[in-house]
Amino acid sequence: MASKLTTSNAAGWAFALPGFGLICLFIVVPFFLAFALSLTNQRLISPNPTEYVGFANYKSLLSLAVITLEPERDEDGEIVRDEDGTPEYPRVRTITRNPDFPEYRGMREWFRWHSGDNARVVVASDVVFMKALVNTLTFALVIAPGQGGLALLLALLINQRLRGINIFRTIYFMPVVVSIVVVSLLWRFIYDGNDGLLNNLLSGLTFGLFEPIDWLGRTDTALGSIIAMSIWQAVGFHMVIWLAGLQTISPTLYEVAQIEGASKWQTFRYVTWPGLRNTAVLVLIVITMQAFALFAQIDVMTNGGPLDSTQTLVFQAVERGYGKQDISGGSTISVVLFLIVLTISLVQRYLTRERS
Amino acid sequence: MADVSLSQVRKSFGSAEVIKGVDIDISDGEFVVFVGPSGCGKSTLLRMIAGLEDITSGTLEIDGRVVNDVQPKDRGIAMVFQTYAIFPHMSVRENVAFGLTIAGVSRDEKERKVNEAARILQMEHLLDRRPSQLSGGQRQRVAIGRAIVRDPAVFLFDEPLSNLDAALRMDMRMEIGKLHNQLGATMIYVTHDQVEAMTLADKIVVLRDGVVQQIGAPMELYHKPANLFVAGFIGSPSMNFMDVEVLEAAGDGVTVKAPALDPVKLHVDEQTYAAHSKAKLGLRPQYLSVPDDASKGTLHGTVALVERLGTETVVNVELTRGGRIVAALSEDKPLDIGSEIALDFDPAKAHLFAEP
Repeated sequence: MASKLTTSNAAGWAFALPGFGLICLFIVVPFFLAFALSLTNQRLISPNPTEYVGFANYKSLLSLAVITLEPERDEDGEIVRDEDGTPEYPRVRTITRNPDFPEYRGMREWFRWHSGDNARVVVASDVVFMKALVNTLTFALVIAPGQGGLALLLALLINQRLRGINIFRTIYFMPVVVSIVVVSLLWRFIYDGNDGLLNNLLSGLTFGLFEPIDWLGRTDTALGSIIAMSIWQAVGFHMVIWLAGLQTISPTLYEVAQIEGASKWQTFRYVTWPGLRNTAVLVLIVITMQAFALFAQIDVMTNGGPLDSTQTLVFQAVERGYGKQDISGGSTISVVLFLIVLTISLVQRYLTRERS
Repeated sequence: MADVSLSQVRKSFGSAEVIKGVDIDISDGEFVVFVGPSGCGKSTLLRMIAGLEDITSGTLEIDGRVVNDVQPKDRGIAMVFQTYAIFPHMSVRENVAFGLTIAGVSRDEKERKVNEAARILQMEHLLDRRPSQLSGGQRQRVAIGRAIVRDPAVFLFDEPLSNLDAALRMDMRMEIGKLHNQLGATMIYVTHDQVEAMTLADKIVVLRDGVVQQIGAPMELYHKPANLFVAGFIGSPSMNFMDVEVLEAAGDGVTVKAPALDPVKLHVDEQTYAAHSKAKLGLRPQYLSVPDDASKGTLHGTVALVERLGTETVVNVELTRGGRIVAALSEDKPLDIGSEIALDFDPAKAHLFAEP
């Protein structure tokens, strides 16, 4: 059936055109372009013509293998050990560069573990990508419950009628309105290893016992520092969403709980939390999306370092596409990221669905 | 089972006093209705009995115990709200059992009490449904069920039928009446609907601006209203008032006259009127009749408006000598607008109120 929309609404379409055109140009076209480019060897600037390479980019990005290394033995068949008594193993490159094992060519060690005397080495063709993947997942896994929970706690605190409660609402929300780049720069000073605010604060609180730490310069603290700062920055935003959800719960339900003598925890468990179902789904999905898009903090604070300990997928995609001018590589990461986020969203929606 | 007694109970919100010294004695098993116009404080008073609002001053006793500072759950009350206040995420069974869940009652005990309540309210077939699958009347039944399982000494109803349509309201009204007979518990019921008040109550408390106007049995209020407010509030259509002048006051009789009314002698219980003072004459529309002989009758006028309801005819009469009066004639009487009409009344059924 021909509707009025499709037959005689030229003016309407004309009005929609600018917005629609921009959406196409900057969202729809790049989205499909990323898929297309990930199947080629396109570079940002290159004299060579672009070629279709199939799934080669995905292969070089995602290839993983486990190699079992047996310890070195001397003539008697005894295991060679170093001064600490740990067995010595042949170097991984004896395999990855061995023409007898073409399937491991170009791979590098990602991590290893020991089973018995043997060492099992996980090799990946793109170790940096793997680290970025793990970091991004860690970031999302910590930040989703951390930020969501803290935001809910703050929302519960400010959802009270107290004198001056708006001051607290403002304070908690303030970091949200500041640009993430500015926030990142400020936190670089806070985390500074020599004379940073955090180190000063900690040594002040412990009367000088605390040894200053270069928070962003150590592989074991860098990602944690960025997580803490990211939670602080966006917690106010999610607090407001929780607050909106809290205010949709009928006050009479709380009165029922009060008459029945429910404790604070029971009230939360039976009244507040079930009333926040839909809000919880929204907050969880939004936080997860934002977590996977982690870029600005990394770019400003650590550049992925030290030793790739703060690499993330988006940072790698940008780094590869524009830093290394490898557009097809960057596109491939983007597509992988898209698939991961899509899967997680679908799983979250399934797990938090309305059961009837 | 318990009696409830309020003495000099007051409530202030900031500087605004909404309950101004209320004394009410409710005996065990009585059905008491608080009635009054919006904002008269009847709901606030009920919430104070429930423990949802603090008592600013005065004492509230339930079962001989002062409960001003006792938690709602320890007062032996259960409350049913206008908005039902049932939990959308719980089944009917879980809703009814809510108080037991909070109290940590065993599964068997819970099952037994819920089934008992469901049997009383004839809603066994609804137990596994969700609130969204229920009609308004059924939801209110669930809310009443939740009150029953608490086995309270005092039931509190806060306008429980106001969100229901007229037909359902009548059904539920009868149900609540039946429930009272069956359980024999003390019930306090707030409504602005005088039909509910008249039909359900053993005792009605009429409130206005936080002050008790009159306490008494429904028919006592109807036949012997203590003041102008009660007289005007109870009865539908409401009582006609006419400014009259007292001509003579002697013994138990008072002769009054008004521009529209020839002198008429009324009986009073207590002689408090002085000759030539002002007073108000109250005439219930139902007690006005059309005399057989149109030249007789004490009031004369023209018909301004006719509402034929089948069982009665409500006539709005423009009196010839000034003023208006409403008559509810007890049969279906076709009257032409603008036609002459004479009305008569039995002086024994007229009310006289001193000018305030």
